Amino acid sequence: MSSSSLRRTTAADALSVSIRDLSRSFGDRHVLRAVDLEITAGEIVALIGPSGCGKSTLLRHIGGLDSPSGGAIDIGGEPVVGLDARSAVAFQEPRLLPWRSITRNVEVGLPRGKRKGDDRGRVAGLLELVKLTESAHLRPREISGGMAQRVSLARALARRPGVLLLDEPFGALDALTRLAMQDLLLELHAAEPATIVIVTHDVDEALYLADRVILLGSPKGQPAAEPASILSTVSVPGVRPRDRGSSDLAELRVELLDGLGVPTHHLSTH
Amino acid sequence: MIPVAILVIWQVLASSNLIPSYRLPSPAGVWLAGVDLYERGVLYQHIAISTQRVLLGFTIGAIVGLALAAVVGLSARASDLFAPTLAAIRAVPSLAWVPLLGLYIGLNEDSKVALVAIGAFFPVYTTVASALRHVDAHLVELGRSYGYSGTALLSLVQLPAVVPAVISSLRLALAQAWLFLVAGELLGASLGLGFLLVDSQQNGRIDRLFLTIILLGVLGKLTDTAVGLLERFLLKRWGS
Ligand SMILES: Nc1ncnc2c1ncn2[C@@H]1O[C@H](COP(=O)(O)OP(=O)(O)OP(=O)(O)O)[C@@H](O)[C@H]1O
Ligand SMILES: [Mg+2]
Repeated sequence: MSSSSLRRTTAADALSVSIRDLSRSFGDRHVLRAVDLEITAGEIVALIGPSGCGKSTLLRHIGGLDSPSGGAIDIGGEPVVGLDARSAVAFQEPRLLPWRSITRNVEVGLPRGKRKGDDRGRVAGLLELVKLTESAHLRPREISGGMAQRVSLARALARRPGVLLLDEPFGALDALTRLAMQDLLLELHAAEPATIVIVTHDVDEALYLADRVILLGSPKGQPAAEPASILSTVSVPGVRPRDRGSSDLAELRVELLDGLGVPTHHLSTH
Repeated sequence: MIPVAILVIWQVLASSNLIPSYRLPSPAGVWLAGVDLYERGVLYQHIAISTQRVLLGFTIGAIVGLALAAVVGLSARASDLFAPTLAAIRAVPSLAWVPLLGLYIGLNEDSKVALVAIGAFFPVYTTVASALRHVDAHLVELGRSYGYSGTALLSLVQLPAVVPAVISSLRLALAQAWLFLVAGELLGASLGLGFLLVDSQQNGRIDRLFLTIILLGVLGKLTDTAVGLLERFLLKRWGS
């Protein structure tokens, strides 16, 4: 699909995101503390961190699905209070409505209230983008886990979001489909100026996709029960599409894995 | 196949003199009893009044059941308020209401319809309220996050999600409705299939007893089939 027709299907203005001194506690479990993050419009930011450290929680706050115990979030300079039409979330699970066809599931993402005549064409265009045109009439139980995640992505895009929030969108995919979907996401981003925040467990994925990789976690040496905040921010060099095997990335990879506490068996030259 | 076999065995038993005919009428005898009642013009009346009571009571019970289930299933506060009481009422064997209803409303048409409605109410209320409470919270959140709320959210997520539970509860309620109808008519009626049962028993008309039992079976099956058709239609649209 040419990039001009992509723009027609998913045109939106990318919006900046500003997170200031965000904290969140559930009862006496303090999950996030002092999170500060400025994301410029159109940027792709990857969030990585150990399981349970609060990545989904942070994403949900940006999407207005959860409200902070302290601090504030702005999208495009306007504060986020409650659910927000400026952002769209693709959840960690596909969350498809089992009684609706794939097409009708994607339609759920269309902006509410101002349905337009070209909506049908737009949904068809999105399905083509995620390569599901053939399966458009099927029900969720009739498709694979990877297809379901693509439906979820198309649904989020249908909303023309200024900020696209993706929670491990490719987690359920096999390695090959995963690579294809990463390229698809970049293709989309090139055609459409949305800001993207993507949570992933995959350091390689983060380095391949993102302008910046944010490492979330509890400060070193502290017990895991301590609230998490941003441990480090890595700016990824080079322009996309990147060479997956680049040696610059290999060094960052070691650095990030180290930050995650994963032994890399890397023979340090220092 | 099986009904034919039963009919054959029945005929054989009845004509073999093994069981005296005042214990077991022959199929032909039952048929003739039906024809006899039909020719007197009362068969239709019995069937019509019973069917009317069932349909009326079932409709009322199901509608009240769905309404209360919606309130209790969707609002945690209403659930705290009503659910324990309804659970306690449900624990009373439902037929125990019959004498009370008789006293309050009299053993008239209303009390019989009310009894059928009670019978139909509980399966619908219990099943649907619990189905609503167990709708996948993830899907509800999905709907919210895409800007749906109130009735739009209800028709996007909750209602379709409970369609299968609603249908199976309606089927159960219908069976209960027939049960309660017979109970109500047994205890006091001057018309209806339940009355025909008592009347035949008191007059030793075993052929009419058999006839009534068969009629109840056929009517129950017919109404169940009707709900079954509705089920197929709805599940095609809303099933997963
Ligand atoms: N609604 C909630 N109530 C109580 N605790 C919660 C709630 N939501 C999240 N938590 C807690 O917050 C912490 C962070 O959860 P979160 O889902 O954000 O982790 P995550 O980084 O996304 O993990 P994963 O990589 O496994 O998805 C967890 O310890 C979790 O138990
Ligand atoms: Mg998560």
